[in-house]
Amino acid sequence: MECVFGLVGDGFAVLAADTSAVNSILVHKSNEDKIMVLDSHKLVAASGEPGDRVQFTEYIQKNVALYQFRNGIPLTTPAAANFMRSELATALRKNPYSVNILLAGYDKETGPSLYFIDYIATLHKVDKGAFGYGSYFSLSIMDRLYRSGMSLEEAIDLVDKCIMEIRSRLVVAPPNFVIKIVDKDGAREYAWRESLKDAPGASA
Amino acid sequence: MARYDRAITVFSPDGHLFQVEYALEAVRKGNAAVGVRGTDTIVLGVEKKSTAKLQDSRSVRKIVSLDQHIALACAGLKADARVLINRARIECQSHRLTVEDPVTVEYITRYIAGLQQKYTQSGGVRPFGLSTLIIGFDPYTGAPSLYQTDPSGTFSAWKANATGRNSNSIREFLEKNYKDTSGQETVKLAIRALLEVVESGGKNIEIAVMTREHGLRQLEEAEIDAIVAEIEAEKAAAEAAKKAPLKET
Repeated sequence: MECVFGLVGDGFAVLAADTSAVNSILVHKSNEDKIMVLDSHKLVAASGEPGDRVQFTEYIQKNVALYQFRNGIPLTTPAAANFMRSELATALRKNPYSVNILLAGYDKETGPSLYFIDYIATLHKVDKGAFGYGSYFSLSIMDRLYRSGMSLEEAIDLVDKCIMEIRSRLVVAPPNFVIKIVDKDGAREYAWRESLKDAPGASA
Repeated sequence: MARYDRAITVFSPDGHLFQVEYALEAVRKGNAAVGVRGTDTIVLGVEKKSTAKLQDSRSVRKIVSLDQHIALACAGLKADARVLINRARIECQSHRLTVEDPVTVEYITRYIAGLQQKYTQSGGVRPFGLSTLIIGFDPYTGAPSLYQTDPSGTFSAWKANATGRNSNSIREFLEKNYKDTSGQETVKLAIRALLEVVESGGKNIEIAVMTREHGLRQLEEAEIDAIVAEIEAEKAAAEAAKKAPLKET
């Protein structure tokens, strides 16, 4: 029931992901951050097998850092996307990673971009994308209301509409979401949307 | 003697590994490099041999970052340096991946020294012909460190050290003039040490300064020129002060 989605706006890209860590019918925690800061100007929202998610994204993160130290300049977003696709494709017919990824980045020369990379190494550059059961709802909302070049307020409003749709229409909807953005000033957390805060321990 | 310096796995009868000693000779022919550790600042300085007119000097970087909090300068065979630096950079990221923590300066120094030692104990390979100066701040305690490695694979920590051409003169100067410094004073001490053996001027010296907050910063030629001018002025003032009381008597 993982929900990950994102879109590109005017000079920025935004990613939203649910924050439930689930194993069969048990919710381990509802504040698991699934959007990793890959480097100063890239975000990776990953959904899928939890072990694979962490293993793959951390591996990519360290290799992106290594590239920067070796070459003195950071990888561009399309280069990082193609690197991820290539690693997924290489592992595919041996030990596939069950991870779906949305990569959002900002490059000085080309502006914001969003890449859709699924677990069998499909790569698409997109304006909006989504994974999981929530995608049925968030993609429909975004298809209706998305325009290119939206401002941050408009984009966050659209993200909130998607979250509300998921909450009301998905049978086991995740209660909490995290929203992160990346623009010329870098990648950072924007907000949480919590409908269920962790209850404090019972007092004596 | 000639029979004991071919394959380096062989000791000579009087206990020498000649290839390692020859590697140290290669280091002694390399550019001078100096490192000075202050209380909150660590400085690396390297002699820049006069660059060819047509060469793009920005492509020849002698002080490199291994990670966000570690930097390295070396003297000796620069091509060998490329190989060691690449391995060290990979190890820095690999360490972060497996234990989710940045390397300490001592760890990466031990790793580089270990690599250099490995090549003194194999058949058919020669040692790396370089000594390194490694600086960084401990990611947990914030303490500044300066380490040196050499072709034999030994390493140790220093308050200030030099390697490469005329390193003995620079080390003598440092031993005479070292005191605990911070900030700009540490930079000045490093430049003064390097100026003992290098022609003065920003275009003959490369300086990089590392602080806890800002990481590694390479100084611009103009900045170096300004500090060199300060140093020369201080030297001239000291000379004048020495001469003045003599005149009075």
